Amino acid sequence: MKMPCILPDGSITETAKKVLAVAMTEKSVEEIAKGSSLPLFRVRSSIRELIDAEFIAEKNGKYLTTEKGKEKI
Amino acid sequence: MESEEEFKMPLLGDEAPDFEAQTSQGKLRLSDFKGSWLVMFSHPGDFTPVCTTEFMAFAELAGEFKKRNCELLGLSVDSAPSHIAWVRNIEEKTGVKIPFPIIADGNKEVAKKYGMIHPGQSATETIRATFIIDADGILRLILYYPLTTGRNMQEILRCIDALQTADKHHVATPANWKKGEKVIVPFPLDQESAEARLKEGYECIDWYLCKKELKKE
Repeated sequence: MKMPCILPDGSITETAKKVLAVAMTEKSVEEIAKGSSLPLFRVRSSIRELIDAEFIAEKNGKYLTTEKGKEKI
Repeated sequence: MESEEEFKMPLLGDEAPDFEAQTSQGKLRLSDFKGSWLVMFSHPGDFTPVCTTEFMAFAELAGEFKKRNCELLGLSVDSAPSHIAWVRNIEEKTGVKIPFPIIADGNKEVAKKYGMIHPGQSATETIRATFIIDADGILRLILYYPLTTGRNMQEILRCIDALQTADKHHVATPANWKKGEKVIVPFPLDQESAEARLKEGYECIDWYLCKKELKKE
């Protein structure tokens, strides 16, 4: 099953872009939800996929967009 | 002998069984909703008349659910592409945008976990089941409707109001209660409290049935 955050051509969805943009500095899930105006459940599911794609990294419960992720915004 | 897997239906007060499922908005887990209340509801099938009216009614009240920190999550055994096509069709024909995800439960994994298949109604489709799950993931209310009867969304909102009011103020709510109306003061559990109850300034029919106003928020 294709990941909904990441499209077949390697680009990412608007939802994923919003998450990555807010996580340019370390943020919690709640902070990303607030900063992106996305519901918590969308942020959590997007983060899972963005971690798998190495576009975002987790450290002590906070999330930060990686260099690879920054290229996608 | 044919083996049949047994499923224990979750009961009120149980932790709602977690799952990971494909939805019209990507792969979601129940635990993704933690911190929000959730109305998870099943419908028999996409592109069917009663279900279409229900989805439109849920969508029209989506803002009211949001105000109550409550998300919506639909489910049927149809595929994700079918859900997407149906949602697009509803918007195209009626102008109503469906903002919430819908689980594509083709293998009935979630439906079985939650007892959404009632063979007396249909062995292949999910009935109209509604589960209200609180922000801690606890199953708080279950409603089952048959295939032919569309749900009343105002009743679902009213149930959320009643549950959230009971949690916040440690009270109960009477029959046909609506937000803003008087609530029931907890039942006294000993004789001394029962005798004191009538002197506490509540509106009482007798010691066991007393109501009070809640402060306006």
